[in-house]
Formats: sequence, structure tokens, C-alpha cells
Amino acid sequence: MGVEIKVEGLTKSFGRQVIWADVGLTLPEGEISVLLGPSGTGKSVFLKTLVGLLKPDRGHIWIEGRDLPRLSEHDLYETRKLFGVLFQDGALFGSMNVYDNIAFPLREHTNASEAEIKRIVGEKMEMVGLLGSEKKLPGEISGGMRKRAGLARALVLDPRIILFDEPDSGLDPVRTAYLNQLIVDLNTETGATFLIVTHDVNTARTLPDNIGLLFRRELVMFGPREMLLSSTEPAVRQFLSARRHGPIGMSEEKDVSELEAEAEAQGADNGHLLPIPPQLMPSGGAPRPTMHPPGAWLREHGLAPPPGSFIDERGRNWAEEWYRHNYAAGGVRSGTGPRTESSDPRSSETRPYGSYGQQPPQDDPYRGEFPWFRDPPRGGEQ
Amino acid sequence: MAQDRRANRLTTPRPVASGLSAPGNFVAMCLDTFRVMFRRPFQWKEFIQQAWFIASVTILPTMLVSIPFGAVIALQVGNLFREFGAQSFTGSTSVLAVVREAAPVVTALLIAGAGGSAICADLGSRKIREEIDAMEVLGINPLYRLVVPRMFASMLVAVFLNGLVSVVGVVGGYIFNVLVQGGTPGAYLASFTIIAQLPDLYAAEIKAVVFGALAALVASYKGLTAGGGPKGVGDAVNQSVVITFVLLFFVNFVLTAVYLQVVPPKGL
Repeated sequence: MGVEIKVEGLTKSFGRQVIWADVGLTLPEGEISVLLGPSGTGKSVFLKTLVGLLKPDRGHIWIEGRDLPRLSEHDLYETRKLFGVLFQDGALFGSMNVYDNIAFPLREHTNASEAEIKRIVGEKMEMVGLLGSEKKLPGEISGGMRKRAGLARALVLDPRIILFDEPDSGLDPVRTAYLNQLIVDLNTETGATFLIVTHDVNTARTLPDNIGLLFRRELVMFGPREMLLSSTEPAVRQFLSARRHGPIGMSEEKDVSELEAEAEAQGADNGHLLPIPPQLMPSGGAPRPTMHPPGAWLREHGLAPPPGSFIDERGRNWAEEWYRHNYAAGGVRSGTGPRTESSDPRSSETRPYGSYGQQPPQDDPYRGEFPWFRDPPRGGEQ
Repeated sequence: MAQDRRANRLTTPRPVASGLSAPGNFVAMCLDTFRVMFRRPFQWKEFIQQAWFIASVTILPTMLVSIPFGAVIALQVGNLFREFGAQSFTGSTSVLAVVREAAPVVTALLIAGAGGSAICADLGSRKIREEIDAMEVLGINPLYRLVVPRMFASMLVAVFLNGLVSVVGVVGGYIFNVLVQGGTPGAYLASFTIIAQLPDLYAAEIKAVVFGALAALVASYKGLTAGGGPKGVGDAVNQSVVITFVLLFFVNFVLTAVYLQVVPPKGL
């Protein structure tokens, strides 16, 4: 099972240069979180600080009641056994073949027999799809394979926290899609807490339960995926829609005059938000226990999702289906939202959740094709 | 509040850190290495591999350097001693110079220049490929796993290199004295033990052990703190060699001074 990580007031600088200051966030147990940020904002530094490879100037990192930056070296090495880290290029040991690389943690930390090691390593290699490459050296395999081998090595001791440093860097979109699916499946299978550092917007929009954005030496925002995808904070909106319009400049942030000139040239910002895509599901179809129900956060906050949200490539609206399953079936009239007038005064003003877009037809051709909704993880919850 | 923040700081403030951090970190790494030195199990495999590796990159250059070294001493001393009419002492000075000074200095040069640079390049490239970070995250202390075996390997090889330089240097001196300068073989051999004594050899070997350890530690430190891509590794190797040379020559001076105080010179 996963472990909650609580970060408070974390500050890191190299010499005179402050990398980021006063970062505070909680990685919820068992959930997938993504940390975004323009290149050079210290995302990797944050990840390394989280495992104690770098010492922060100030702040706390609480893991199971222990404050990581203040642990003795011995305790730090002990606590690190909770972690599995996938480094950018896999960080395989160049002198060992793939099999020995993956077996390395087992040989160092356990008394497992070679037969036992062979079984575990084979299992993990199958999980990441590397069977048959046991005898190859890291220099002889492709970047994607190195990443997967690094992942298998990180998984071999069954860590409860898994950190990914740019799993999608240097991979083509198809391989990235496979790797993202693998990450979701791994999370379902292991229930570990995941943190992915990336600047791939597509990954950030579809994969995680939570998103954070580092920019201008601080954590601009951290919260559920829907919160950031529907946020109107300029930096968050700019980054998650990957466009030039906004405070993030080519090399650094833009200054006020640049922003004004930009606004004049392009007209006033219309506050347009991209549709929120449905979240990536585990390949079995069953939901992850920690997955947030689609649209739930927006509904809780009385917000309507941007038009076209939660619609997958087959035209199915996941949020509506989830809503219909949980509320419409329970006797609540479809399209009026979960809250009654007495319990929530906003319900008369706010657009009732589920009424955007079209009402699903009565003879829904996709009826019964939403395995997730057959057994909702947070059924009935508001 | 400011006071409170200062008390909460985990890293040293910048003005203090900027000047002293590198030597301080190096000393800290050395102390950490000595602390994990006795941890069991000892990494025998790594130790043997590294000893073999360091030996393979140093033996040939060492021999090639020590032959002319011994010869130069024989040449210089031989001419001077002929003026005094003391040719029969050529052998004794040659042994004294080679065993006491030339051997440790040549060992220091080779162990730092060939062995240390190789260690630094190896660890530096591992560092920038994040292998070292990965190792630490996997709960393995790189000092215990990588640095300690390299330090012992370097010490072992240094001892043998010192012996090798002594033998090859003396043989080189003999050949030059006898064949080129027309010295008497018997006189050369007979005068071996007139000035030189056994403690000279012991002292030289102790020096070699210290040099081996220092060269490996400096190289490891520079390698493990390399950064900034391939150029960073190149810079680290460069600095490691320069720092080791300076450090070893200084330590050589200190050890020689101490030795001359402690061990009385042999009476003629």
C-alpha cells in the first residue's frame, strides 16, 4: 500500500540562486500526482530532495511520522527503502546486464536464493515487457527499454512510493502512451503513491489524480486534476493548454510590458479552457481504488466543466455516465444535480451538473459499456 | 522570526559555505569513508577488479618512467663522484635516491595521473548518468560500495608500484653506471648498503600506502561531485589530477621531514 508524503515550507537554493521557496503539498496515499513546470524550474531537484539526495535549506518532508531532511544517515537509508525511483535515462549500472541490474537490490538487501531472485526478476521483467533482454547491457538497448528496465529495478523491492523523473522524455508519443498505461496499471496493482515529474502536457492532462505546477520559484498550485484543468490562474492555464499566451516566456517569465504588448496584439483573454479529457483507465477496465470520479471535484465546487469535457474518442461522456449511474438511478431526477434545494442554496443558481451538453438518449448505444460505473468506487458520495 | 528561520536552516549560509565547502566536504567524505571502511561484508569482487584495473593502467608507464629516472640519477651522480674520486659510492647514492625519494614520487605521479584519473572518470560518468543517485536510492552507500574498495585497491597497487620503481630504478642505474659510464659492477653492488638502510624502504612503502589512499580519495571525491554533463566529468578529472599532484608532493615533503627526524641516518 501507499504512503502519504507531506511537504511543508520546503525551500532549496544553490548558492545565491533560489530554486523554489516555501513549497507545501500533500501527496495523498495511493494516488498518482504529476508535478509540472517549465524547463529549469527545479522539478528534478524537487524529486531528488524528496528522496533525500539533496538537502533542502528549510522545510519538512513528513513520511510515516519521520521528517526526512532531519534523519540520521542510517535512518535515511532505511526510509529510502520505501522509495522506488525511475531516473530520466533509467540510470542502469553500465557494467551489469539488464538481469543483474534488476536483481541488484534483491542481492543487496535480501537473502533471497538465486532461484527466488530469478522468479521475482522474471515477474517484474514481464510486467514491463522486457522478457528476452536479460543478457543485454544497458548500452545495447533503446532508451525506452532502459526506462522500462529502470522501472523494473525500482519495482523489485515492492516500494510504497514510486517517483518518476520525466518518464516520457525522449520517447515517441506511442511509447509514451504505452508507458502511461503501464504507470496506471502499476498503480492499480501496487497501490503505491506515485509522483511523476514531467513537462508533457498530454500526460499531465490524462494520467494523474492530482497536478502541481512549479513556476517562478514557487508551487503555483497543487490539487485534483479537475481543479487545475478548470483553473483560470494564468500560468496554470497557459501551461496546461501549452500555448504562448500567458506569463511563461521563452526562457524565463515575461515582464509586465511584454504581457501588455501581448494582450494588445492578441486581444483580451477570453478565458477559454480546453475540454477536460477523461482520465486514463487501467487496462482491465476496473477502476483504481484511488481514482477520483469524473466531474466530482467540479460538482462539489458548483462548477460546470468546459464544453466537451470527459468525452472519450467514442463520444461517450464519462462524467455524465458516472453521474447518471450514481444519482439518476437512485431516484434523483436526471439533470437536476445531486443537491436538494434545502441542503444547498446554490443549486437554483448553478447550472445543475450533468445538464451541459446533450442529455444521453434513452436508448443509449453504449449502455453497459462503462465497467467503471458498474461498480463505482465512491458510489453515492457527493 | 528571522532567528527562528536561521535556527531551522539545514544548510550552511552562503558566505561561510563558499570558501570552505570543497575542502570541508572532502574531509567529511574521507571521515565517512573511514567509518564505513570496516563494514562487513567487504566488497572483495570490486576490490580485486579495481586493483587489477589500476595495476593494468599503471604498471607499464611506471616501468617506463623509472628506467630513465634511475639512469638520470646514475648519470648525474656518477660524473660528480668521479670528480671526487668516489666512484665506488655511486651504487649507494643511486639506491638511496631511488628508494627514498624517486620511488615514492614516481608512485605518486603514476597513481594520481593514471590510477586516480581513471577512478575519477569512472565515478564521474556514473554520477552524471545518475547511477550514483540510483544506488543511494536503492539504499546502498556508494562510499561503502565503490569508494572503499577503490581506496584499498589503490593502496595495494601503490605498495607494489613503489617496489617496482625501486627495483627497476636501481637496475636502470646499474646498467647506466656499468655500461655507459664504465663503473665497476662489484663496487656498485657492494656499496648498496653503505648509506641506504632497511627503514628507508619501510618509509617509502608507508608513503606509497598514504599516496595510494589519498589519490583514490581525491579522485573519488571529484568524481562523486562531478556535475554539468560530460564537460563536468572532464573538468573533474583535470582538477583531480592537479589537486592530487599538489597534495601528494606536499605530503611527501611532510613525511620525509618526519622520517628524517625519527630515523637517525646511518653512520659511515
